[in-house]
Amino acid sequence: MIKVFKMLIIKREVCGYCGACVSVCPEGALELVDAYLTVDPETCIECGICSRICPLGALEVKNAE
Amino acid sequence: MQSKYNVLIIGGGPGGAMAGKAVAEAGLSCCIIEKRPAIGAPVRCAEGVGQEISKLVDLDPKWISSKINGAQLVAPDGQVLELNPEMAGNEVGYVLDRKIFDRELVWKAANAGCDVFVKSRASSAIIKDGKVCGAIIETGGKTVEVFADIVIAADGVESKFARWCGIDTTVPMAEIETCVQYLMTDIDIDPGLNAFYLGREVAPEGYIWIFSKGKRTANVGIGISGKMCSEGKRPKDYLDAFIAEHLPNGKIIELMAGGVSACKPLECTVADGLIIVGDAARLSDPITGGGIINAMYTGKLAGSVAAECIAAGDCSKKALIKYDTEWRCSKMGKGLKRNYQVKEIFIKLKDEKLNSIVNSVNKLDMEIFDTKYLIRELVKYNPWLLKDIKTLRRLLD
Repeated sequence: MIKVFKMLIIKREVCGYCGACVSVCPEGALELVDAYLTVDPETCIECGICSRICPLGALEVKNAE
Repeated sequence: MQSKYNVLIIGGGPGGAMAGKAVAEAGLSCCIIEKRPAIGAPVRCAEGVGQEISKLVDLDPKWISSKINGAQLVAPDGQVLELNPEMAGNEVGYVLDRKIFDRELVWKAANAGCDVFVKSRASSAIIKDGKVCGAIIETGGKTVEVFADIVIAADGVESKFARWCGIDTTVPMAEIETCVQYLMTDIDIDPGLNAFYLGREVAPEGYIWIFSKGKRTANVGIGISGKMCSEGKRPKDYLDAFIAEHLPNGKIIELMAGGVSACKPLECTVADGLIIVGDAARLSDPITGGGIINAMYTGKLAGSVAAECIAAGDCSKKALIKYDTEWRCSKMGKGLKRNYQVKEIFIKLKDEKLNSIVNSVNKLDMEIFDTKYLIRELVKYNPWLLKDIKTLRRLLD
């Protein structure tokens, strides 16, 4: 059986590295390092709040196999 | 970078800079670390401030893009309410050039003796026996420990440092204003006026602003509530639609994004060895989104309370609470509390109600140029507001 799991994708070419997502992340999984955004996949719970509020649409929770 | 300072400041924005200056002027050692390679860039801000900024710093003309002597509120139906100062022509505020302004504030801190390091990022807190004792810093490819009697978290909307110290700084989804702004040129604007556009179709639970940056140039931006934001209805979508309608020939020379909290301040803005200031403490104004002056005021206050507590040899939460109490009792603290409740009322108003409020009067001479005065005046022309909203009267006393 194929296990489907979710993961947060950061579209670097869309991201404006503003940090809005970092402020709403309930788990503290996002980090703005200088001019790029990182996600700690261990901490991220794929709740999608960051993706919902991103001003530019740079974040997406995707199903991965 | 020394391995020990009296005060370590995380973040080189206006809050961190004012804190650094206050600590250095008290004769103590301090250091500002900024994760970006340049102070003041990229800008994540509409850059508007009230003239009361001059109480905190001597204004230098080179920081100012535009002097503002009035504002326009544009209702959902397009009707305009003009807001003028009581003394015609008086300056009521400024649109700053943050790239220059932020840098100069940090220079002032540096000139007072504060160390500054850019492209240096705190990656965690050093905590011993429940007390914040410093930070782990990533700088130039190295990881170093920097100890301090007090750490001042001035790390802006992201507010990660306080989180590492066990304080939940998460902004609720409904209370983040998600923002996009263009610096536009070649547009027809009045360089002395700032304009605010309201309405569910324009900017749901937020507003669009045109803040003058001088002749034919302005910050044109939008903030909407996180809960109104979704694919295809992001702030950028609303802003692009607005520009296509109102400023079709303008040229975009810069794109900025950002988040502004419109929630209540953190429940407590100090801990053992820690003070939190500005946006990191959730001190931006819930109605206007303005945060520069609040960050400067709390940064300066944090610096002086830190210096006092270090001199007295007590950096516990119990000693630092003086900072928290003082800002909450200040005009700013009371204003934030009131504006949070007023915001809760006004975001629920339907467009028809907003239209009738704005259309009840077409010009207001403002004795004091702030939201409290404005709402008080609007209530005079719309007495039904007090009837409909029982809590409003108490808020305006």
